Amino acid sequence: MKFFIIAGAALMALPLVAAAQDMGAARSLAATCANCHGTDGRSVGGIEPLAGMDKSEMVRKLNEFRSGAKPATVMHQLAKGYTPQQIDLIAGYFAAQKK
Amino acid sequence: MTMDLNRRQLLKLAGAAGALSLAGCAGMGGGASKARVVVIGGGYGGATAARYLRMWDPAIEVVMVERESMFTSCPMSNLVIGGNRSIDEIRRGYDGLRRHGVQVVNDEVTAVDNAKKTVSLARGGTLTYDRLIVSPGIDFNFGEIEGYQAAQDRVLHAWKAGPQTVGLRRQLEAMKDGGVYLLAIPLAPYRCPPGPYERMSQVAHYFKRAKPRSKVLVLDANPDVTSKGPLFKRAWQELYPGMIEYRGNSKVVSVDGSAMAVRTDFDTVRGDVLNVVPPQRAGDIAVKAGLITHNNRWCDVDWRTCESKTVKGIHVLGDATLSAPGMPKSGHMTNQQAKVCAAAIIALLGGREPNPQPVMTNTCYSFVSDTEVIHVASVHQWDAGQATVVPVKGAGGVSAARSELEGKYGWAWAQNIWADMFA
Repeated sequence: MKFFIIAGAALMALPLVAAAQDMGAARSLAATCANCHGTDGRSVGGIEPLAGMDKSEMVRKLNEFRSGAKPATVMHQLAKGYTPQQIDLIAGYFAAQKK
Repeated sequence: MTMDLNRRQLLKLAGAAGALSLAGCAGMGGGASKARVVVIGGGYGGATAARYLRMWDPAIEVVMVERESMFTSCPMSNLVIGGNRSIDEIRRGYDGLRRHGVQVVNDEVTAVDNAKKTVSLARGGTLTYDRLIVSPGIDFNFGEIEGYQAAQDRVLHAWKAGPQTVGLRRQLEAMKDGGVYLLAIPLAPYRCPPGPYERMSQVAHYFKRAKPRSKVLVLDANPDVTSKGPLFKRAWQELYPGMIEYRGNSKVVSVDGSAMAVRTDFDTVRGDVLNVVPPQRAGDIAVKAGLITHNNRWCDVDWRTCESKTVKGIHVLGDATLSAPGMPKSGHMTNQQAKVCAAAIIALLGGREPNPQPVMTNTCYSFVSDTEVIHVASVHQWDAGQATVVPVKGAGGVSAARSELEGKYGWAWAQNIWADMFA
């Protein structure tokens, strides 16, 4: 019985490690937005805050910047520099931040 | 004779604010932190790295050594020269970093001993480190321009923001209407590729308003405008017709402060205000620490960690580095490097592999008047084949046209990046 509990705990630990690495990658990716949009997406003004934005809304916006559907001064140029997987991680990170 | 500074002495150096923030930091209450990172320089690289190290891993002790008591930003300093912003608007203090638990030491590092893992301070004593971040910005190769050393009381570069920024503004204010402002630009690479062209625009904007018979004369060592060329040239034609004379392939080789003239290989040119920007290299401490790898000027690093390619355990940030392909020497770029570096140091100190695929971006806004702005932007991703970061093809670009909307974004960019460094 004990064996199963330990094995169960070991199995649980694997996705946790992966999640921690994803979190680190997401945090670093999101930090590339902070120069303009504020630390962790909390803008001090003049540029849209990203903290607490709904994940699917941010993914949609970034994809519209990429396709050109959404007009922009600079975001259409920057959004094209990230892969869809990176955009997903970035949007997930900001969605989890307090406004 | 050196002594290693203990915690009590360090707290005294870092000042009361530092001590208070430390006392309030549970991770360091027992005096046993995971590791100590010393950061040399409190600019775009050093301040960002210090803040993000503490934010992402409060168990790491961070000591930042900065010789100035306040930060003055190079980005936006051309607006002070043009009379559109005050110097106080582009300054920030270090108290925000102290609140993050960064120990800010107002001193200058005079030597690095990487074998002993110590740095020496000008006011005496040493600091030990587990990892060292060197973010010294640039220093100047004055010797490459004959006569510059002797002319420095009259000829300014204003290529480090601070007293020279204010000094150049005063010279422009004192100049008679009908005078000539002469700007000399060194061969690339230099700090802030669009910076000289923004400065020309700012001075022309001031002349148009206050001294309309005056002239902006530019001697550029480069063959042509090195950044956002068509956008700058259009702005000069449309906003300042007849006021600007731009000469490419015109490298200044000597300066005569008493005759108020400069010489190129072709002729001698006089000006009423001489603003000569000298060739640049990594800051002095990078030279002393043996970090220079290229052309006696720049420090090559591994962009996955920003660790020096020649001295292990030392990371170099910002304008002092040998830029990767398509990477400008800019404050924005440096802020991004600092975050890659902070994440990598946290991983390395924790015995983990650093992120193998760093991403960095750049956005440089240039004010062509008091309100209108143009930008250049890029995204840089790791390329395993080339073992460096390279600009993503099809991404990035420049403004479609100058605009007041980007003027608002440009100033907001400054507020947000300064908050990202110091708040």
